[in-house]
Amino acid sequence: MRYVRLFGAYLRASLAAQAAYRINFFFQLVESLLNLGMSLAGLAIIFSFTSTLGGWRSDEVLGLVGIYFVVGGMIGLIIQPGLEDLIEAVRTGTLDFLLTKPEDAQVLVTMQRVEFWKLIDILLGVGILVTALLRLGERVGGGQALAFIAMLVCGGLIVYSFWLILATLSFWFVRVENILVVFQSLYEAGRWPVSLYPGWLRYGLTFIVPVAFATTVPAEALTGRLDWPTVLLAVGLAAVLLVGSRLFWRAGLRHYSGASA
Amino acid sequence: MTGFVRLYVQQFRTTLATMFQYRASLFIWMIGQVLEPVVYLVVWSTVSRNQGGSVGSFSTTEFASYYIVLMLVNQVTYTWIMYEMEYRIRQGMLSIALLKPVHPIHSDIADNVSSKLITLPVMLVIAAGLGLFFRAAIAPPLWAILLVLPALFLAFLVRFLLEWALAQAAFWTTRVGAINQLYFVLMLFLSGQIAPLALLPGPVQALATALPFRWLVGFPIELILGRLTLGEALIGLGAQAGWLVASLLLVRVIWRAGLRVYSAVGA
Repeated sequence: MRYVRLFGAYLRASLAAQAAYRINFFFQLVESLLNLGMSLAGLAIIFSFTSTLGGWRSDEVLGLVGIYFVVGGMIGLIIQPGLEDLIEAVRTGTLDFLLTKPEDAQVLVTMQRVEFWKLIDILLGVGILVTALLRLGERVGGGQALAFIAMLVCGGLIVYSFWLILATLSFWFVRVENILVVFQSLYEAGRWPVSLYPGWLRYGLTFIVPVAFATTVPAEALTGRLDWPTVLLAVGLAAVLLVGSRLFWRAGLRHYSGASA
Repeated sequence: MTGFVRLYVQQFRTTLATMFQYRASLFIWMIGQVLEPVVYLVVWSTVSRNQGGSVGSFSTTEFASYYIVLMLVNQVTYTWIMYEMEYRIRQGMLSIALLKPVHPIHSDIADNVSSKLITLPVMLVIAAGLGLFFRAAIAPPLWAILLVLPALFLAFLVRFLLEWALAQAAFWTTRVGAINQLYFVLMLFLSGQIAPLALLPGPVQALATALPFRWLVGFPIELILGRLTLGEALIGLGAQAGWLVASLLLVRVIWRAGLRVYSAVGA
């Protein structure tokens, strides 16, 4: 409850800071629409030559694109800003100020900045997802919807923990902002079902950089492709990474010596 | 002329040393450059297998060759100047470059070439590995092999100059994100990255041919793959030469106009 009120306070602070740059909303909208248009036109070209792609029909891949935008938007909304600030704060030593506050530092780092403009990506993604669902019709039942939400939550937790681990590396290596680029490059591959990719790439996108759990697995849940081993794997990996990243974060914090002090 | 040569020799010495310091970042950025063509390679190969082994004039292995060559052409021609210039102008860093007695574009070209010299060997190994894995094969005629180098050189120059000119948009607005995004979307479709141009609808192909995009990426690929006749190849080189003149003029005009509005923030 206290964290909810705390988050509310951070949200107000973020909103106040960004409301000064209202025109960014317009620029973000243009960028997001271009990005979305590119995805949809790409799909249109590819599905003009074929009716299924690796067993996925066009509306199912459309749903996957919607999920890609929603998860990408969530990363840009809350995961990336806070962790980018963390890396910068470790380098310049301003993390000291955050550590002196009487709350859990990981929670504060995660909440400290919210990029409201990225809500546009989430809203566009939801729009695409709803369109895809309407076109898929009654094929999506209540159980599938429930599985979808569960897998989306697991995917979000996995991505968050993965980013936290990457950002925590800055306690040892200081200049790691480029490492975040690795995830962004590989996330592009999540626009398509990972089952298309050859073994080595599929394995890499599942276990080394867990893009598959962020987009393909929720889409599998929605289209009734999910099997129990995948569910167990997603839930297990989310739990292990969440705990593991927490332990890693605390080890990193103990290693932090404060660049400014 | 000798002054020019000495200028470049010196630029290469310094930028090679700088770029070598950033080798880790250079290789991290390579991941995206390798992955994107591989994604489209996989998607189009899947479509092709679905359709019984070919789409339009492309067989499954020809898609593999197309996208592996695309990866290399992109490596030779890409720039990151749009991000760099926005940062320089916003932070007022451009002032330092303006104090030097040579046009700043020369050090940018040297930067770009140096970074590529460092990453190219790795890129070639990756391309060879992918080529073996996806069973890609190319068999260009001898004249095409002779024309590849000039075509790549012109593609590099024109793409560099155009993106350098576009990067000057940062003189007028520091929010260049939307402009860059528009350029990337056009580039993705009209240069043959999302699909080989031959598979796109007729009007899109015509647009790609009329604008510079096709000549920057698609044309060198088609040349290397041996998909062009000698006549088509010479027309392509002519188009590249034409765009070279146009982009040189563009850089000149925009740079002069931009400098007039530059306010040297932070100086």
